[in-house]
Amino acid sequence: MNKVFINGISAISAQDEDIFDTGNFQEFSSSIVKAKDQDYKAVIKPMMLRRMSQAVKMGLYCSKKALTEAGIIQPGAIIIGTGQGCIQDTEKFMQSMIESEEGLLAPTSFIQSTHNTVGGQIALELNCNSYNMTYTQNSGSFESALLDSLMLINTGEETTVLVGGVDETSPAFTGFQVLDGQICKEQISGPDLLKKDTPGTMISESASFFVLDAKKQEKSYACVRDVCLKNRIQKQEPEQLILEFLKSNELDISEIDAVILGNNGDCRYDGYYSGIQEAIFSKTAQLAYKHLVGDNHSISAYAMWLGARIIAENRIPEAFQINHVTCDKIDKVLIYNQYLGKNHGLILLEKP
Amino acid sequence: MCAVAVTGMGIVSSLGKNLFENYQSLNTGKTGISTPEILQTNYKDLPVGEIKINNTRLSNDLGLNPGHSYTRAALLGCMAVRELLHNSGLSEFDPGTGFISGTTVGGMDMTESFFDQFSENSENLRYIQAQHPGFTTEKIAAYFGLNAMVTTISTACSSSANAIMLGARLIESGRLKRVIVGGTDCLTRFTLNGFNSLKILSGETCKPFDENRNGLNLGEAAAYLLLEADEMKGNRPAIARISGYGNANDAFHQTASSQNGEGAYLAMKKAIEKAGVDPVNINYINAHGTGTGNNDLSESVAIKRVFGDHIPEFSSTKALTGHTLGAAGAVEAVISIMAIQNQEVFPNLNFSQPIRDTGLMPETKLHSKQLNYVLSNSFGFGGNCTSLIFRNE
Amino acid sequence: MNDLHTELKKSIIDQLNLEDMDVSDIENDEPLFGDGLGLDSIDALELIVLLEKDYGIKLEDPNQGKEIFNSINSMVDFIEKNRTK
Repeated sequence: MNKVFINGISAISAQDEDIFDTGNFQEFSSSIVKAKDQDYKAVIKPMMLRRMSQAVKMGLYCSKKALTEAGIIQPGAIIIGTGQGCIQDTEKFMQSMIESEEGLLAPTSFIQSTHNTVGGQIALELNCNSYNMTYTQNSGSFESALLDSLMLINTGEETTVLVGGVDETSPAFTGFQVLDGQICKEQISGPDLLKKDTPGTMISESASFFVLDAKKQEKSYACVRDVCLKNRIQKQEPEQLILEFLKSNELDISEIDAVILGNNGDCRYDGYYSGIQEAIFSKTAQLAYKHLVGDNHSISAYAMWLGARIIAENRIPEAFQINHVTCDKIDKVLIYNQYLGKNHGLILLEKP
Repeated sequence: MCAVAVTGMGIVSSLGKNLFENYQSLNTGKTGISTPEILQTNYKDLPVGEIKINNTRLSNDLGLNPGHSYTRAALLGCMAVRELLHNSGLSEFDPGTGFISGTTVGGMDMTESFFDQFSENSENLRYIQAQHPGFTTEKIAAYFGLNAMVTTISTACSSSANAIMLGARLIESGRLKRVIVGGTDCLTRFTLNGFNSLKILSGETCKPFDENRNGLNLGEAAAYLLLEADEMKGNRPAIARISGYGNANDAFHQTASSQNGEGAYLAMKKAIEKAGVDPVNINYINAHGTGTGNNDLSESVAIKRVFGDHIPEFSSTKALTGHTLGAAGAVEAVISIMAIQNQEVFPNLNFSQPIRDTGLMPETKLHSKQLNYVLSNSFGFGGNCTSLIFRNE
Repeated sequence: MNDLHTELKKSIIDQLNLEDMDVSDIENDEPLFGDGLGLDSIDALELIVLLEKDYGIKLEDPNQGKEIFNSINSMVDFIEKNRTK
């Protein structure tokens, strides 16, 4: 079975990518947070860029950066995870349809509303005829994409896969998430988000892309050892899920050096994490990230970006750590995420 | 080589609410295309493949309490999976059973109905999450208590073909032993207006592969297959096997297919290679054949590139079912398996004159034929092209 | 250059999101598609909508667009002859 190396990475989020180096982070005065703007014109042709929504721009930008870093021109597969897809164009088309009462409608936003627009645009830009897939399973979207990627490389079907998670916000659709309590009424970001005892969280935009390869490079960040996706478990069950997952990889809990958790300050569901934080990870370095970059359906891809850099640099930036366990040698990192108690994902990274 | 067993299936489409009714319609060439009665739209004269059972009746049939939050695509999905369970020889799904569903718009029917009313009535809030496709998939999963691996593929009109491919790969890799794969999509104003804005809807029943074809008819459907590892199957019969699959990207245009059908060509070629058969062994192609000028020409060119002088018998069944978008791949997988079970080729309706540039003639009459290998094509926006090959057990 | 030329250029820039362009960047006889301005088939559909919305001209056959959308001049000619508003 071929190993899977991460040879190129790129992330866009509400924070600068150098948060890892400087530790400087921004706090926000809204519970809906946009991604940091990038110099999109530098990598995307203006005639292409003019129609692109945030998700497409971010996806294409990160893809190009990650591919360049890995020295890959054409990947053997392009696999995207996006929970909400292209909601900006969906919203635009739906609004004009409703306002015009099904009148005369321009087609561009409809064309770009399909969930596989990001994957399709990357293929178009790279002129890449390879396997192209898009997963849209709420917070399990990126894990689904990663599982597909691992199967392709493990079996030797493909050697190089471009995989990414991307989600954007849009005024009406994201606004609805305030109405049903997914987004909290308070405007808290930073470490305090994780301490609040109210429902809801901070929702954001992000894109994190990776070039996975069967071949190790000198600068390979990490290996993706395994991934697991489980739709529904009870609050006391993450422990068993994690232990079984580690066992199937012939690992013991003590071998995990750092765990990256999806705590998002939603008092209704953070219990999924607090149980294991006390029970099985009390001696493990614990990290969180949603207080800095917010939550969305593919944000666990950002956690993988974080985990890959932690392993590559053997260092945990202070802004992300939520306990005081120190760790000299970081070989194995586990990522656990869920949203609203569903779509539980585990990703296991290790030193290449 | 791949040989994943298909041990059950279920379908609801404009041709009927179960396998038997669908087969009857395919057999008699009775189209499911009509005009919208359940979908509330201004386009009352546009032909669609609508299932003439409203949400209340579907909910009652499924025993759901009023106040539930099932989208129409979820209700249709539950109908199809229930039939699959009944004819799979299982009494229930075991806890490890996976569920992979393909859809284009998921619960958009609810989003468009409540878009202006979410803030007005707290009862509507339960449909806020319906905007993302995973919501509809989870509703179906919850109805059958499927808690293990659940995921959704959304690659436009190839979505459920890709779900079937992923299921086969999960079984082959040993990651799953049993998985329900397929897809569901309902008619929505969003898609009807969208395809209308692209000017590719026909005002009459579509004419796949005809020189004078003038567009597609949208449809709605749900269809699922049960895939199993042989050790799980025991003595229960396989109704067919998935023997090959392939996905490729046309990388040509956001919606249109390339003139040389590159994506389609590569997908068919990959599927045939995976099946380990010679192209001459493919006995029948259930084509994507939407009835648009662009698709049918591009697909014809691709078929000619793959099969050369030995073009297998082929037909598009979309003049019967309509184009059911994300569900189309699964609907046509069920039709392909019915073709194998009955050793029959189903007709391509409304054909009279071959496309001038390619001259290909689809099968227009129902007839018996020995079918060992059937290839099914599904192509979508974003250049997404998938081919599946089913073989006779 | 009459007002219709300018008006049309403005609405094309707006409708097709040609953000970095100005009216003066589009020549009256420059091809709109291909090597000229570089518009594509999605833009052609947008232009059909523009004709109907702004000038009350309904193109039944999208293929008609090929000649009409050749340049700003050809569009202006067509609009002047066929506009209903």
